[in-house]
Amino acid sequence: MKIPYYPGCTLHERALDFDMASRECANALGVELEELPVWTCCGAVFPLTTDSVMDILAGVRNLAYASRMGDKVVTLCSFCYNVLKRSNKVIREDEEKREKANLFLKADTDERAEMESYLEQDYVGQVEVLHYIEMLRDVVGFDKVAKSLKTSLKGLRVAPYYGCMLLRPKKEMEFDDPERPTIFEDFLETLGCDVVDFPMKAECCGGFQIVRDEETAIACSQTVLSSAIKRDADLIITTCPLCLYNLDRKQKEMAKRVKGFTKIPVIYFTQLLGIALGIDEEHLDFSDNYVDPRPVLAGKKLV
Amino acid sequence: MRLRLSTDSIRNASIERVEDLSGQALSSCYQCGRCSAGCPVVDEMDLIPNEVIRLLQFGQIKKVLRSKTIWICASCMQCSARCPKGVEFSSICDALRAMVLRMRLATPAVDAGNLSRVMVSKAPQMGVVSALRKLLNG
Ligand code: SF4
Ligand code: SF4
Repeated sequence: MKIPYYPGCTLHERALDFDMASRECANALGVELEELPVWTCCGAVFPLTTDSVMDILAGVRNLAYASRMGDKVVTLCSFCYNVLKRSNKVIREDEEKREKANLFLKADTDERAEMESYLEQDYVGQVEVLHYIEMLRDVVGFDKVAKSLKTSLKGLRVAPYYGCMLLRPKKEMEFDDPERPTIFEDFLETLGCDVVDFPMKAECCGGFQIVRDEETAIACSQTVLSSAIKRDADLIITTCPLCLYNLDRKQKEMAKRVKGFTKIPVIYFTQLLGIALGIDEEHLDFSDNYVDPRPVLAGKKLV
Repeated sequence: MRLRLSTDSIRNASIERVEDLSGQALSSCYQCGRCSAGCPVVDEMDLIPNEVIRLLQFGQIKKVLRSKTIWICASCMQCSARCPKGVEFSSICDALRAMVLRMRLATPAVDAGNLSRVMVSKAPQMGVVSALRKLLNG
């Protein structure tokens, strides 16, 4: 089965490990992530103001590209997911913005796409935006995932970190309960892990503020980490490259600042899935992680 | 904080602009403070989220546009998720930033132009792009 896939800039560059692990896992589950032949940055943030049509175009253009390939598009980065899903909702519900956006799309020609206009019919929100985890649950099915597992993760204590962008705003994202989400818990149970519930699982890691003021963002990340550590987690999983950056790479600074700081590995959820599916460690690539997850995994005889 | 209020200053064009751009009704807020209680960066702020809204309800746009708060907000949307009245403070914050950046209504209280070079060269692209769009672009 092929499913159109929008990687977004980060998975194309600085989170290649996430892209590779996710493709490998999909293959092992009989799904081919078919990358859109033409795509651009989604803009990374949903427009700041209600008067902006220009700012939803990047997202909508990618959805229009996807509409030429099928009725779904899968993505992994939580920022891309947030932007694509919310832009799609605007197109579905706001007639004036839909018309304006389509005028732009029709006027646009794209040589790379080798078409005068990449749109034969109006883009009206016909594509369903799915997060990869939703694809696993709703398209592949967690039961099929369970049947495909090669290695049991029993005894591994994993804390699922959701962050902000998957869950909020709830009425636009419609992803899960924003205060008590469960999709990653269900996923981890499918893998046989011991799920660690921790109070800060849907709190902010500091997000893009890391670029402006490291201190502010590190304080947020440290709160999240210590909450998982207090619940005796062996590792944390995430689906957001920015969360991973703040939570993992910044442990270097945290260790310098806090005496007796306990490090904890943070990995992408598909890297963990890859282990359970018996995918070669080389294809999961932990080389960029500041806190190497391999000692913890080796302790449980998983690598 | 002491404020001198008059009926014309309470509801002025800038306040209406905030409501339009954010899509939020400022009068819905009844100052319970849940937005501020849930904010992860509230300690860094000079005006906490419900204070920003209170000042806007009194027409005090200048004080708000000069505050550091709007640049410190990480856009996590927790304030909006927790509000019992459905007020999205994160959207108000976005609108206020956009007003400063587009209309030069005030000088940003935080020098967003001085983003860390190291971070720009190392942080994931979406982190860098979102910082640029939230803090410099409007
Ligand atoms: S949570 Fe809502 S009602 Fe309460 S102070 Fe904040 S904005 Fe106002
Ligand atoms: S969106 Fe901004 S103001 Fe609201 S809780 Fe998050 S950081 Fe605080």
